[in-house]
Amino acid sequence: MKILVCVSKTPETTANINFSNNNTEFDTNGVSFIMNPYDEWYALVRALEITEASGGTVTIVNVGPATNDAVIKKGLAIGAKDAVRIDAEPTSALFVAKQIAAYAKSESYDIIFTGKESIDYNGSLVGGMIAELLDLAYVSYASSLELAGNTATLNREIEGGTEVVQVDTPFVVSAAKGMAEQRIPNMRGIMMAKKKPLSVVAASAADDKETVVEFKVVPKDRAIKMIDPENMKELVRLLHEESKVI
Amino acid sequence: MVLVFAHHSDGKFKKATFEVVTYGKKVAQMLSCDCAAVVLGSSDSAAVLGQYGADKVYSISDSQFDNFDSQTYTSAIAQVAEKTGAKVVIVGHNSTGKSIVGRLAAKLDAAVIGGAKALPSATDGFVVEKNVFSGKGIACYKLNTDVKIISLMGNSIQPEIIGADVSPESMDVNIDAPLVKVIERKTVSGTVPLPEAELVVSAGRGVGAPDKWGIIEELADVIGATTACSRPVADTGWRPHHEHVGQTGVAIRPNLYFAIGISGAIQHLAGVSSSKVIVVINKDPEAPFFKNADYGVVGDLFDVVPRLNTALKEFKANS
Repeated sequence: MKILVCVSKTPETTANINFSNNNTEFDTNGVSFIMNPYDEWYALVRALEITEASGGTVTIVNVGPATNDAVIKKGLAIGAKDAVRIDAEPTSALFVAKQIAAYAKSESYDIIFTGKESIDYNGSLVGGMIAELLDLAYVSYASSLELAGNTATLNREIEGGTEVVQVDTPFVVSAAKGMAEQRIPNMRGIMMAKKKPLSVVAASAADDKETVVEFKVVPKDRAIKMIDPENMKELVRLLHEESKVI
Repeated sequence: MVLVFAHHSDGKFKKATFEVVTYGKKVAQMLSCDCAAVVLGSSDSAAVLGQYGADKVYSISDSQFDNFDSQTYTSAIAQVAEKTGAKVVIVGHNSTGKSIVGRLAAKLDAAVIGGAKALPSATDGFVVEKNVFSGKGIACYKLNTDVKIISLMGNSIQPEIIGADVSPESMDVNIDAPLVKVIERKTVSGTVPLPEAELVVSAGRGVGAPDKWGIIEELADVIGATTACSRPVADTGWRPHHEHVGQTGVAIRPNLYFAIGISGAIQHLAGVSSSKVIVVINKDPEAPFFKNADYGVVGDLFDVVPRLNTALKEFKANS
């Protein structure tokens, strides 16, 4: 299997989120960045398990500037064979998908993995876009993937449950919890990653169809009312009469 | 024309679909045009979509659509959008919609917002809000192309009866056979799925052991809520993974969220902070969750929750 895993760089999960430049930009001051957890824990690890079991290669692709290399190298340390960075600011989902599709088109990957969403813009868009641009089948929110020959059997999330589906390679899949377990890179992996190829390719022409014109901070503190633990009737009354939710 | 994709399961429409239709009608009113709904696969109740705001209902009952495939669904919706000259295409931001929305934007080379949470504003272009950074921020997206694609978060708008039944019209589309084959469908019956739930009762490590969940389930039963849990509880196998809410689990925005024995780590808050009303029950008065709650109860959950259950049962009996 020749597998491509798309990874994005996101703020760390505990990061405080602030905006700058009159609330038009995400303020990266003091924010540490990680590989998007869904891309790392589920997509990349499952891709590695597949090639470890039945042969093949895992390549990582990222769209971003040189400051993304640390995140990419972590993926190499976890076990990917090589990596490609498409040198452009990832300004919108369709821009990113077009870059990855343009790169992947000539490479004939059997499986292209993404995470189910990125934890920064939460759009769940890029996987489907890549599939459409390459005219491939797409299975989203998959929590398992087993291969027999060229046929994959996957569990995917649907409204109110799950579905077992089958699809032949090539296809695009977005990985959700359950697909694999997080792997911590070991020292050998980190040392080997230094020698693995990380090629930088130029971006192809694409424009942004939508732009963020303003960010807003979500008001953090709610005006809490403390209720006497002996008096749950009062809580019920407030939920009914004041906030009208029951 | 505004076109909404009216998702159904085995012919039945649910609240999430009615939300999308009402949203579509309101966008259509803003743009002074009609709202059409497209139904893929057989359903004999599609006329009801008219009640929630669809001026026209297009039904493509080809049995090929009885199983979901993102490629064939996207192709069909795109063909209907082109035939009807749709300027805005709207799907729900649920499992099905999320599989379609990106494909649709790529196919139509259109501006897209994945997970809109409010109606657009048209004072300066076409601007729509969504949550970003897993609920820690809000971004206002300006959609700059002639055709615009929106996926709408559940519980962002209440369905409204603003019309009458509309007889579905059939429409022909050209579709290839789906590449993804559905082998088996496993639906959880009885409870409302978490992303659609209006009432959620969630508990964490404070409960102490998996066999002590009885009072939590009882609370959920009394008010008809869906149960949820924090990440450590799902990771240790006390509760099933699909109940895990938070940044790396399910992001939810119910009307009422009970957080019982959950300290309120930032990753948990990220997935639940859009809830309308939050009630926190915790024996630790310093639990960070109290800073993000509307109602707080400091006490042992094994005393407080049974007392709450009794009070709720009395309330239900009298109302």
